[in-house]
Amino acid sequence: MVKQEKEFVNRPDNTAFTQQRLPAWQPMLSAGIIIPGFVLIGLAFIGIGVALFVTSQSIQVLEVDYTGVEQSSPCFKCSDPDVKNCVCKMEFNIDSLFKGPVFFYYGLSNYFQNYRGYGVSKDPNQLSGDLDSFKVPSDSCAPYEYVGKTPIVPCGSVANSMFNDSFKLYQIVSGAKIQVTLDGKGIAWWTDYNVKYRNPSVTPLKNAFNGTVKPTFWSKPAYELDPTDPANNGFINQDFLVWMRRAALPNFRKLYRRITEGDYAKGLPAGNYSLEIAYNYPVLSFDGRKKVVLSNVSWMGGKNEFLGIAYLVIGSMCVVMSIVMLIVYAKFKFPEEE
Amino acid sequence: MFRKRLPPEEERRVRANDREYNEKFQYASNCIMTSKYNIITFLPVNLFEQFQEVANTYFLFLLILQLIPQISSLSWFTTIVPLALVLTITAVKDATDDYFRHKSDNQVNNRQSQVLIRGLLQNEKWMNVRVGDIIKLENNQFVAADLLLLSSSEPHGLCYIETAELDGETNMKVRQSVSVTSELGDQNNLSSFNGEVVCEPPNNKLDRFCGTLYWRDKKYTLTNQNMLLRGCVLRNTEACYGLVIFAGPDTKLMQNSGRTKFKRTSIDRLMNTLVLWIFGFLVCMGVILAIGNAVWEREVGSLFQSYLPWDPPVDNFLFNAFLSFWSYVIILNTVVPISLYVSVEVIRLGHSYFINWDQHMFCSQCNTAAEARTTTLNEELGQVEYIFSDKTGTLTQNIMSFNKCSINGQTFGEITDPLGPQPKRLDFTPFNPLADLDFCFYDDTLLESVKVGDLHTQEFFRLLSLCHTVMSEEKSEGELVYKAQSPDEGALVTAARNFGFVFRSRTPGTISTTEMGRPATYTLLAILDFNNIRKRMSVIVRNAEGRIRLYCKGADTVLLERLHPCNQELTNITSDHLNEYAADGLRTLALAYRDLTEDEWEAWSESHRCADKATDCREDRLAAAYEQIEQDMMLLGATAIEDKLQEGVPETIAVLSLANIKIWVLTGDKQETAVNIGYSCKMLTDDMTEVFIISGHTVQSVRQELRRARERMIELSQTRDAVKEAGMEGWGEAYFTGNGLREGDGTGGRAKQLPCPPPPPPPPPPPPSNLMDNISGEFALIINGHSLAHALEADMETEFLSTACACKAVICCRVTPLQKAQVVELIKKHKKAVTLAIGDGANDVSMIKSAHIGVGISGQEGIQAVLASDYSFSQFRFLQRLLLVHGRWSYLRMCRFLCYFFYKNFAFTMVHFWFGFFCGFSAQTVYDQYFITLYNIVYTSLPVLAMGIFDQDVPDHRSLEYPKLYEPGQLNLLFNKKEFFICIAQGIYTSVVLFFVPYAVLSDASQSNGVPLADYQTFAVTTATALVIVVSVQIALDTGFWTVINHVCVWGSLGSYFTIMFALHSQSLFRIFPNQFHFVGSAQSTLLQPVVWLTIALATAICIVPVLAFRFLKLDLKPQLSDTVRYTQLVRQKKRKPVGRSVGGAWRGTGSVSEGRLGARGGSRRSGYAFAHQEGFGELITSGKNMRLSSMALASFASRHSSGWIDTLRRKKHTPPSTSGECSPAPSCVSGSVPPLSNSSSVLGGSQDTPIEQETGTAPAQNTQPVPSSSSQTPPAIVPDSEAAAPQGQAQAPNAGVFNSSAVKCHGGDSPGGWTLSLSTVQEALFGWKGIAARTSGSNSHGPPSVAKETSQIE
Repeated sequence: MVKQEKEFVNRPDNTAFTQQRLPAWQPMLSAGIIIPGFVLIGLAFIGIGVALFVTSQSIQVLEVDYTGVEQSSPCFKCSDPDVKNCVCKMEFNIDSLFKGPVFFYYGLSNYFQNYRGYGVSKDPNQLSGDLDSFKVPSDSCAPYEYVGKTPIVPCGSVANSMFNDSFKLYQIVSGAKIQVTLDGKGIAWWTDYNVKYRNPSVTPLKNAFNGTVKPTFWSKPAYELDPTDPANNGFINQDFLVWMRRAALPNFRKLYRRITEGDYAKGLPAGNYSLEIAYNYPVLSFDGRKKVVLSNVSWMGGKNEFLGIAYLVIGSMCVVMSIVMLIVYAKFKFPEEE
Repeated sequence: MFRKRLPPEEERRVRANDREYNEKFQYASNCIMTSKYNIITFLPVNLFEQFQEVANTYFLFLLILQLIPQISSLSWFTTIVPLALVLTITAVKDATDDYFRHKSDNQVNNRQSQVLIRGLLQNEKWMNVRVGDIIKLENNQFVAADLLLLSSSEPHGLCYIETAELDGETNMKVRQSVSVTSELGDQNNLSSFNGEVVCEPPNNKLDRFCGTLYWRDKKYTLTNQNMLLRGCVLRNTEACYGLVIFAGPDTKLMQNSGRTKFKRTSIDRLMNTLVLWIFGFLVCMGVILAIGNAVWEREVGSLFQSYLPWDPPVDNFLFNAFLSFWSYVIILNTVVPISLYVSVEVIRLGHSYFINWDQHMFCSQCNTAAEARTTTLNEELGQVEYIFSDKTGTLTQNIMSFNKCSINGQTFGEITDPLGPQPKRLDFTPFNPLADLDFCFYDDTLLESVKVGDLHTQEFFRLLSLCHTVMSEEKSEGELVYKAQSPDEGALVTAARNFGFVFRSRTPGTISTTEMGRPATYTLLAILDFNNIRKRMSVIVRNAEGRIRLYCKGADTVLLERLHPCNQELTNITSDHLNEYAADGLRTLALAYRDLTEDEWEAWSESHRCADKATDCREDRLAAAYEQIEQDMMLLGATAIEDKLQEGVPETIAVLSLANIKIWVLTGDKQETAVNIGYSCKMLTDDMTEVFIISGHTVQSVRQELRRARERMIELSQTRDAVKEAGMEGWGEAYFTGNGLREGDGTGGRAKQLPCPPPPPPPPPPPPSNLMDNISGEFALIINGHSLAHALEADMETEFLSTACACKAVICCRVTPLQKAQVVELIKKHKKAVTLAIGDGANDVSMIKSAHIGVGISGQEGIQAVLASDYSFSQFRFLQRLLLVHGRWSYLRMCRFLCYFFYKNFAFTMVHFWFGFFCGFSAQTVYDQYFITLYNIVYTSLPVLAMGIFDQDVPDHRSLEYPKLYEPGQLNLLFNKKEFFICIAQGIYTSVVLFFVPYAVLSDASQSNGVPLADYQTFAVTTATALVIVVSVQIALDTGFWTVINHVCVWGSLGSYFTIMFALHSQSLFRIFPNQFHFVGSAQSTLLQPVVWLTIALATAICIVPVLAFRFLKLDLKPQLSDTVRYTQLVRQKKRKPVGRSVGGAWRGTGSVSEGRLGARGGSRRSGYAFAHQEGFGELITSGKNMRLSSMALASFASRHSSGWIDTLRRKKHTPPSTSGECSPAPSCVSGSVPPLSNSSSVLGGSQDTPIEQETGTAPAQNTQPVPSSSSQTPPAIVPDSEAAAPQGQAQAPNAGVFNSSAVKCHGGDSPGGWTLSLSTVQEALFGWKGIAARTSGSNSHGPPSVAKETSQIE
């Protein structure tokens, strides 16, 4: 026996693993699975597609371009970059009730927030309230790092180019303008507001900014962004947060306000409206466009026709494909075992 | 490694026992070093080597680019993490390899050898042996360095070596020292020896050595005959002394070993090409995007500067575009992921382990498992088209067994029923105490026949016990060891021994046997030695009663012609038996005897002597003399020896050739042997249309023969086709349905039909243009070594190739190791096919190294082949499993892996390209940089690795049952440029979907709280998630064999993606490193949106649905064989369930391919004469030179056979050396004849003297060489008188024994005795062993050959 054992000391282990005999599931693309599978997928997609399409149809969207390219546009006069503190008014009309809650967006097109050099031009340490970075901003902020020798806070292109048009919406009821209350709370991501961006823990906030300058394009320093609400200043100002969340694509819209309060919580009734725009942000130099978008949402978010149509198309293709496969299968039947 | 470069040696001067003198020349020491690194050099050298890899340098370059802020589109860690991982893994592997090399070096360098230092033998390690040292070797020791043999314990400075490690030949070779040194004898003399050797510089020619020994103002020529090379083993020699000439790296063994070529697989090469293409593609994309960037910056960016200012140093759109190009190179580099190479290595390593672990390739007899010694070639095992196999030790076991015999018309040894119960092995011991216990024989009728004393049977075995050149050694009573020069002879003598005719010992003039328990002594009158032309050997003996009889054994073809006419009837019966034996692939010999009267003998003896003395045409005259007496013989019977094949060889060859692998046998053996083996392992069959034999000696004749063979093939195949076309309609249909699995029409294809295609192979009618490609019919080519030499010349190559490749089987015989390699190179060069060489001996090393894949048979004696090989196992039959199972799987897995790998990386990377058009070509990545870092090494690596390691399309036994499954590998179908483009196209398609679907959906979408979804981070997370899901679904589709591990990997990878993403986007991590984790909260915010999931589902469906549909249709419309097999397998499994497992067993049974067909083969008459035999041994015996009689054996001799001569012998051996020297001419006087000069080096047998290449060549060895007339300078001056210059080389005359027998009586007594006592003088050597003849009768006294070797060497 000892000899026996010794003889086979080199014998490989006889395990399922070493002998490649592990139990395994060996799926095969058999007709019994594939064809019904395709039919099922197709039907499911068609179902979802219909649902999406119908939902999407029920969503109302209203866009108002206020760039002022055409001379007829009320904002034409403001589009000249030399004109400062220009205010223009766009009038529009809503035919039927614009169901609430209504969301108020501003949109920019041909605007490259996703440009790499633009995106990296900020100092995350500064924005998370690190006072050291107030004095010495990160090099990534160049060329909006210093004015002379004074550091810019918040530094970098992103902050510097913050959108600074402001809007007021009025309903014109028999000639009288009733202001629609715009709610600017909670328009930024929760994590942005609570985690990612932090003001330095200095009170008053203004002191933290001693020895720094505001970004060159800004008219007000960061700690005075919202004079109405002291908690909405500094790096956790909602509009700032919205701007700092870069858009993925060159045509984008960002949430400006919600219409959720007061008389308009249920929606904007049919009628005439006037949009008063403090026109500050120049876009014409690079062929950009500015617009205001009013929209309501469903369970699946905003209006999105593509998704529904795509689902319908893919679903029907699956069904068609399954028929083709059925024909092929019937014709060139895979040999069944005799 | 850092040995000083010395100017190349012009010549080598070595002085014995003078280390100081030799040190001047700085010769290499005997320390060998195959390792590459030591602890200090490891890191720098290894890193240097690794960065010589283009890929690694490329990634280093990328890393440097990433450190430039203007370019860096990705953080540095995205590159350095994988790079460091790769470098570490490789370094660890290299370190392990080198560690083992260190270990083996140490083991060799620390072997002990005995070095003579200042007159004392001291144990020294091998590495401390220096050039010029004298070392002592003992029996069965390895030679430590290249030595000049100085003296040996054997007579005349002879020693025996086995050179298997060097050239693979297993028969023993004789080496002899220069006689002046051989007499040095003991240590004291040797330590004062101060001869100086001047010789050629180190080289790798194993068969040549040329040098001169200067000693005591005399010059002695040194040849290879005096050398013991490192790697040889000393055999049958108690001890010998040698002078170290070449040591360590200078030895011929090491010079021959050469640097191992780094082998790459064809997939490797393809992969490298593809990677280059991808680089090209990468550059193209970079250029496109850079141009885009230039245009964009000019048209848009310049206007946008208030928001997107250009960097101050970059104030120019062109420069911006230039930087953008490099930025894109960085982010798009993932199309060639660094993990590709590592993953490939990991997969191959896994496959290698599976090979090592395979129990089916474990040989329990030799306790060796298969070993993948190289881990980089596995998938090439699945693409082999040509196998070059050695014969001895690879196909055969090199064991000869006495299998059958025919005695007086009756055949013995038939095994009645191969399927019946194992017949009982005969037990010889009760009958014969001297029997060899290892001998196997099953037919007891033969034993009975011997026992009852059948005369024919007894004579049959008597012949076998007498007619041979075997030497015996009897250490103790009854413990016989036979030293046979060829295993055939050994088998025959052993058979005789077991059947009661025991050959016990021989002297130059006698043979002592024990016949049926009674001792008997025969006087050996003559040995009519074997040679290639005669194909037979005879002995003439006189028995105790004085009757003279000639015993002859030889090839039936020659022997049957020389029989007495009265044998006619017996001849016919025996011929039938011979045919049967030959049909079984046995080596046959016919045996006959002839009684001679005293007068006949005298007469012949006289004529023989004349022939022997003749100066011109001695060979021919001797042959004529032999011919004269080998007539009118009486047939005794025939023997059949089985050259035992390795287990399962014919089956393996059959399976491999069904897999469309061509097998060439390259052997050093003779044509007959090789052909014989060809038949017995079913490479050649009688069904073959024709077997061509090319054996021309000139270029013209070889060319002609090749052409003729080709013409004949075309001719034959045309006639065949003509016949076939007529019958085509008839059976064509049947054939195609029968063999339906061939190329997926998927209609017929039943398993059982597949392995045995119907007898007529299916040739498409050959278009007249390329006739040679469409040869139908089975042809075989046998080519001889000398013809091959011509065939391998440059202008003949194509000629040879086109002929050989049209043949089903090719056998090259008598090829040298170099030619083996040349043949392999030839195929490699012209055929673009994957070649595999398999062999066991050192002579196969060159071929193993030059083939794409080298396989060594382990467990045999030599390990050279194994060391040079890429794979080793111990049985040839494991080759089918290695190729058809492991190779096939490896290839399949590797191809699937590569396809998927390129796919997933294109899908991943190309998204950046599309995004470039929407982000101002600014090299903004779509994904989070952590995702980019981890995608290849974490999220998607394991599932594809698991597939690459574990996937199986069909189970292992299926691939052996359907060898055709191997074909896709040979045709390179699973991964080639077309497949690559398909993968890439799929990858690009996926990337388009992955970018544009989220683009279309998200650009206007918003969360249900109104927050838009089109922000960058949401977009990144959506795309990344969709990507991971799509590639996971794709790998799930590609995986055909879902083991637990695959499940764990696929689900685990998906799980890890989500886990890691949530972790990286978590608040806690952000709080610690606010600078690093910008994506805080994105995962949660994004993945909670139903729209995002709808997007991902949509993208997945668009990516996968077409693939599914395509695959299904392909499976239905154009199924591959593997699909069919897999399908039937699954169906069977389902059906089998209620039946139970037994069906499976039955199925397995059908697996052994077409055994029926293999079994039956009509007889074809082949001469099985296959002595692995060299001529000249007859002389060695009759000269008594190689007689080795220990005093013990001598004593037992004396006691048992008190024949008169032995007493004489004992008396004579006390003759003092000096007198013996002085009276040297005396014997010639006594004999009354003149001692002719003899070149003793040629006495040893030309075969030993000739270079190895010639040794295997058929040219008859040159036995005689004219002795220079200046021979009178010999110190022991032998005065050659008038006749002295006349016929030399008497000694090697096969019948010299005649004289020796008498020499013993009158004078030559000191031949066996004298040398045992003193080897001190040349004179004694001269006369001691050369029998000086004076026949007892006195009538045929003859001049003995009697000049020592050095006479010929004196300049």
